[in-house]
Amino acid sequence: MQAVLLQLSYLIGSVTFILGLKMLSHPETARKGNTVAAVGMTLAIFATIFLYKYRDGNQWVGLHNYLWIFLALVIGSVVGTMAAKKVKMTAMPELVSLFNGMGGACAMLISIVEYNHLLHEMEKNSNMHPSIGMMLVIVLGMMIGTVSFAGSVIAWGKLNGRIKDKTIPGGQMINFLILGGVIVLGVMVIGGFADQSMITYLFYGIALLAAMYGVLFVMPIGGADMPVVISLLNSFTGCAAAFGGFLYGNPVMLTGGILVGSAGTILTILMCTAMNRSLTNVLVGSFGGAKPGAAGGEAKAQGSYKEISLSDSAVIMAYAQKVMIIPGYGLAVAQAQHICHELEKVLEEKGVGVVYGIHPVAGRMPGHMNVLLAEADVPYEKLLEMEDANDQMGSTNVVLILGANDVVNPAAKDDPSSPIYGMPILEVEKAEHVIVNKRSMKPGYAGIENELFFRPKTSMLFGDAKQVLQKLVAELKSM
Amino acid sequence: MEALKQIAIIFLQNYHLITVVILSIFLGIEVISRVPSVLHTPLMSGANAIHGVVIIGAIIVMGKAPVDDYLSLILGFLAVILGTLNVVGGFVVTDRMLEMFGKKKKK
Repeated sequence: MQAVLLQLSYLIGSVTFILGLKMLSHPETARKGNTVAAVGMTLAIFATIFLYKYRDGNQWVGLHNYLWIFLALVIGSVVGTMAAKKVKMTAMPELVSLFNGMGGACAMLISIVEYNHLLHEMEKNSNMHPSIGMMLVIVLGMMIGTVSFAGSVIAWGKLNGRIKDKTIPGGQMINFLILGGVIVLGVMVIGGFADQSMITYLFYGIALLAAMYGVLFVMPIGGADMPVVISLLNSFTGCAAAFGGFLYGNPVMLTGGILVGSAGTILTILMCTAMNRSLTNVLVGSFGGAKPGAAGGEAKAQGSYKEISLSDSAVIMAYAQKVMIIPGYGLAVAQAQHICHELEKVLEEKGVGVVYGIHPVAGRMPGHMNVLLAEADVPYEKLLEMEDANDQMGSTNVVLILGANDVVNPAAKDDPSSPIYGMPILEVEKAEHVIVNKRSMKPGYAGIENELFFRPKTSMLFGDAKQVLQKLVAELKSM
Repeated sequence: MEALKQIAIIFLQNYHLITVVILSIFLGIEVISRVPSVLHTPLMSGANAIHGVVIIGAIIVMGKAPVDDYLSLILGFLAVILGTLNVVGGFVVTDRMLEMFGKKKKK
């Protein structure tokens, strides 16, 4: 009876995951979808705790160590909820990456414990030989879990600025060598080709190499591409979870893991398409690392730029009929969304029409700007998607770019040698004036020069987005 | 030959699981074929929470560990904590993201 209930809960769990994912992909049902999946997950977890039975010798017994399990569940829930509730909107992608890493680490630990368990059994009973299948899922689960864990931690560090982009000379080569090493060791352990006494060293050798691979694989990828990488690592963790499902013959782990594995891969590809790039381009091309050659080549395009004072900017905007604000990561970093909304209101009082031009990949994650501006209560209809924004660009007098860079870089349109060539951009040059607010002349996260700053229509307004906007609002109010 | 035979046995023992895997791959692809780009991040985050299902493995490890096997207990304990973080944190953070979207929709 208990077995029936358990399998039934797993079945319901699997169905809620499918429904949840389906609902998450439509705006109206997204939030409900998340709840549906969460309910299914809770059911599957508690069913496991109370109904799961395993074979110990000749009899079936239930799980024990309840105190420990519940203690861990409570600690994890409290810390997880607090972290998720407290995190600022801007830091969400890095938190997702961190949680993903936790899942990977969890899969890794499961494999390590099961491996030790297996060794133990073999010591007790020398006739016992682990099957290839068993070793296969244990080793693969650990390998992928470790890559995902190490990679996610690096992605997290890069997004919050603790780790800088680094390209290691010959990094591609080293990566391939490490991957080769992992495969060789994996075959030795799984196929039982290694000596019994060596096998444990080899097993942990795989873990070490997999961790190195995870680190080196994410290290050179530019911050702008991080969401794509996180999504990819996400589907890795899904696969690791699925190997756990194989290990225990557990259907809900299997469906949940594989669903995320395949859906995550598709999502990764969709994200790349939104940036008009291919996945290989993101992974192998890895722009964002310092590329001396490319930077040198583009330095030629540099000329002189002109600066504009705060009061001049205020005047231009106050006498415009239509202003388009283009937010980017700089706005998010400066937490300037509220003061930005303030600026919009002050301008509207003066009879200036204000809209926002939102590039789909502005910021550090798709939809980042929508979330950020929604937080500041900017009305939904003021946020124009890229196509609409470009259509209205011709009738716009002033474009105010707040901490955006790559999404307005004309090189994406007319420089085939540029790494971002082909990415759709906001064509700000169709407007009469372009005011760019940046902290300095440094290139954006993609690490490439932006010729826009040197074009005649463009004026630079240096400073932190929040401070500049505060002064602009003050200036406009006193006019 | 021996290895091939072993593989055949593994396949026959697990063919129902393998079927589930293959069908799930297609299902995953079908389910998210067209997603507006605004929803990419919440969807990623939601999927992230779902693979937290790996926690079930951690609970099994923990629940099977003999009371005197400290290594397994400690690793299992850690695994359950990490898995819970993944699940609970993942769902809560997704909900927060979508909450922002919901607010925007009403206006």
